[in-house]
Amino acid sequence: MARLCVMSGAEAAAEAMRQINPDVVPAYPITPTTVVIEQFARFVADGAVDGEMVLVESEHSALSAAVGASAAGARVMSATDAQGLVYMYEVLPIASGMRLPIVLTIANRTLNYPANIHCDHSDSMSCRDHGWIQLYSETAQEVYENTLLAVRLAEKVLLPVMVMQDGFITSGNVVKVRILDDNAAKRFVCGYKPRQSLLDFDNPIAYGLKMMDSCYETKFEINAAMEDARSAYLKIGKELERITGNRYGFVECYRLNDAQAAIVVLNATAGTAKEVADNMRRQGMKVGVLKIRMFRPFPYKEVFNALKHVKAVAILDRSESYGAYPPLYSEVVNAFVGIKTRPAMQSYVFGIGGRYIFEKDIETVFKEMLGGKVTGKVRHIGVEK
Amino acid sequence: MTLAGVLTKKNSSLGYKTGTWKTVMPIVDFAKCIHCMLCVANCPENTIKAKPDKEKVVLLDRIDLNYCKGCSICANICPVKCIKMVEAKHG
Repeated sequence: MARLCVMSGAEAAAEAMRQINPDVVPAYPITPTTVVIEQFARFVADGAVDGEMVLVESEHSALSAAVGASAAGARVMSATDAQGLVYMYEVLPIASGMRLPIVLTIANRTLNYPANIHCDHSDSMSCRDHGWIQLYSETAQEVYENTLLAVRLAEKVLLPVMVMQDGFITSGNVVKVRILDDNAAKRFVCGYKPRQSLLDFDNPIAYGLKMMDSCYETKFEINAAMEDARSAYLKIGKELERITGNRYGFVECYRLNDAQAAIVVLNATAGTAKEVADNMRRQGMKVGVLKIRMFRPFPYKEVFNALKHVKAVAILDRSESYGAYPPLYSEVVNAFVGIKTRPAMQSYVFGIGGRYIFEKDIETVFKEMLGGKVTGKVRHIGVEK
Repeated sequence: MTLAGVLTKKNSSLGYKTGTWKTVMPIVDFAKCIHCMLCVANCPENTIKAKPDKEKVVLLDRIDLNYCKGCSICANICPVKCIKMVEAKHG
């Protein structure tokens, strides 16, 4: 029987890890993802999980150990964010190049400089090019379910997966989460049979050798795996839907059918945007929200279909690409490449370093879109002049 | 192509003849050799081979120049200095 529990997003991620019961969890703490690791450590201490938890000396070691363990055929998970994630940076393309189904939980936190423990998406966005599947979660419930889905998806297409949630906002706030019965979760996740492994002495393999000749081809195959991930995600999502009753699209369309203005956003801010949309709808304004759940591979077709009839779209990025347009905006614009009739699209940046975004800010954004106030210049919400 | 380009052929390194890298090569004076096996044990590439012998139990046999990179550890470690490093001949 599924049960209603009270927990934070970080605890929800740890709860998913408990049910997944990975073979190896090499980890190093960093706020706010530390809670995931601490909670999992409690499970280890209580004998609630069977795997090996390796407390390494740094995040670089954590992902390196994860790569080693996964290459040896183990099911491996870890968790980090911000400086920890970028400390893993040089190993990220190794994990994807080696086609290892490692799953990382990320409680998004801003990158230094300056040092700040609060939320923005600069950490996971800085890793978007390295062949990792990236899923963004609005709520603790989504974190829990995305994590279960991620393990199946990673092992199906043999690409590593990052599951994101807003640091503190989602990872730290305590809410109701519906947790599946352990057996149902374990049945869904099922066992992991590696396609190849260093510990398979009957079929020996060697990884990671200097490959002057076929480097291009080895990396090229990641493209095919990313394409496979699109259909695999939907298929596995349908399976999970039958157990949880929740739906797992690449995106979530909220009141978009007849919307004249829309906001595109990731993670928890989507929830706030939906509240504002409801308020404004009650006042007769036709607004809607497009929440992107899967950022890599990017669902260009679904974004196009969701937004093509909308007059003006505001894309809210919680990170920047200094010297260029921000990442989410850039991808949404690309969904309309070659299309003559398209919505006006306005780039906004918000919430850097954890700066709050309020309902009135979102209302202003919707009103600017309804008023057609769209230019090519990025607008920064909440920055003090 | 294999998944992630892994190598699956056993002993694949044998196909890569690192002996072409050397600029000097070892010559053993078997008359002086006392068959102590120090060179065998210390060659980093395991190119120095020993063979069993009725009298002495084990004798120094030969050095495999296909893989010897000319590091000279054998010449340096030989207690009777019966290994000389000379200009390498490739071909």
